[in-house]
This record gives sequence, structure tokens and C-alpha cells, in this order.
Amino acid sequence: MTDLPIDIPAWAALVTAALVLFGSTLALIGCVGLLKFSTFYERLHAPTLGSTLGLWSILIGSMIFFSTSQERPVVYELLIGVFVTVTTPVTMLLLSQTTLYRDRLEGRDPLSENPDPIDKTG
Amino acid sequence: MIRRIFPYPVLSVGFFATWLLFNQSVTPGQLILATFFGVTSPWLLLRLDVPPIRMRRPLTILKVIWTFAKDIVQSNLRVAKTIVASPHPPPSGFVRIVLEMRSPYGLAALACIITGAPGTAWISYDPVDNVVVLHILDLMAEDDWAASIKTRYEKPLMEIFE
Repeated sequence: MTDLPIDIPAWAALVTAALVLFGSTLALIGCVGLLKFSTFYERLHAPTLGSTLGLWSILIGSMIFFSTSQERPVVYELLIGVFVTVTTPVTMLLLSQTTLYRDRLEGRDPLSENPDPIDKTG
Repeated sequence: MIRRIFPYPVLSVGFFATWLLFNQSVTPGQLILATFFGVTSPWLLLRLDVPPIRMRRPLTILKVIWTFAKDIVQSNLRVAKTIVASPHPPPSGFVRIVLEMRSPYGLAALACIITGAPGTAWISYDPVDNVVVLHILDLMAEDDWAASIKTRYEKPLMEIFE
């Protein structure tokens, strides 16, 4: 893709730029959250910003850009979105299971400290 | 007989559509390839002994996707605001929810939805008591997490998969 045509309508360029900028900002905020949160279970929530709304706005921007520049609907970004949405939680689940297992091995089970329905560890 | 050829009809249609989307064309050649993969790929799953998948109520499926999409937008903005604006981390913690759903596909879908949305994560599941433990980033964001997840996601997912 070296010879990208750049003659797309102004509205498409603006919308694409806005969506890509918004998506990458969300991904950046997610990374900041990864640094800012103090416990593993809190950090689990931060990167999902980039893999959900961040991802989708970049993908929609990509669909608008390539659909207008190639003058035919380009929609395979939908597949990227579906695959990432389905596979990211699996990674997250593996990570949280591993941490839970480690915590239990080390004798500090976060789930059994307070047996009441809601326990606060924050 | 038809079961032998199409052991997982939903997956066959899924493979067929995915192939065409990947190639972005509906020429006769691609249609033949898509049909070939749509028919043969599920045969591999037979060897893995995957439980049969049954999905009903397409309207409910769309409703769940719509709820999920709305949730993703709202929770993204909320978590982003938490990270950028609040000096102290919100009160986070674990929530136990007793589920009624038993379908493995329904549970998998629920786990993907909950973990996929920022602010909530699926931590552990006990198949004996059918209890799931979630980690919630901001417990104050919702009054009753269990009720919210049960009515908005568990009920429609049970209609679809059970």
C-alpha cells in the first residue's frame, strides 16, 4: 500500500482524522491507567479502553478512509473488530486466573478475605 | 444424514460469511471456496467433541449487541474520566453473582461481554454453585451490579442459547 490515493473528500478526511485521533487517545489513556492503578485487578481494566472503543473508532475511521479513497465499500475491518473483541477477553481471563492462582498459593486469596457479597480491596 | 454433513450449521454459515468478508468479493470462485470451507471446517470440530451450538431469536441477539455497544461507549468514557481526572482510585472490589444460565456458550458470551467492557472483569467461575466473581473498578457506578448484569445480559443470553 505505497501508492495511497489522497484525493478523498474533505468531510471524509475530517471524520477519519477525528476518529483515529479519538481512538488513539483512548488507547493512550488506557496505558496511563496501566501505570496509575496500584493493584493488578484494577490494572486489568485499563487496556480494555484501547481494545474496545479505541479499536472500533480507529477501525471505523479506516473503513471511511479506504471506502472513500477506493470508491467501493471496504468492510473487512469488521472482522478485525469481531476477532479482537472475542479474543481479548480470553487473554484477560488467563491473566486474572493466573494472578488468582498465584495469590492463593501465596496465602492471600483476594476472594476469601471478606466472605460478604462485596468486599473492598481498593 | 443432514446432521452428518452439517454438524454445526451456525458455524458453517459463520465460516462462509467470514471467508467472503475476508476476500471482499462474491465472484463464483470465492463462493465455491467459501462453501467448501463452510462445509468442511466444522468437520474438524467433530473430532474435538465440541457440544452442539444452538442459537435462537436473532432479534434478541441484535438487542444484546446493541446493549453491549452502548455499554462499551459509556464505560469507556467513565473509565477514561477516572484515569485522567480523579486523583484517588475509585472504590473497587469483587462482586459475587449467582447465575441461572448453564449453557457453556452463553457463559462464554457473558464472560466476553463482561471482560470486554472496561470497568468490569470476570475473575472466577464456580460451576458447582454456578457463582461468578467479578472485579468492578468503580463500585459506585451502579447501584446493584448483580441485578444489572442479570436483567441486561443473562436473561437475553439464556433466551438465545438455552
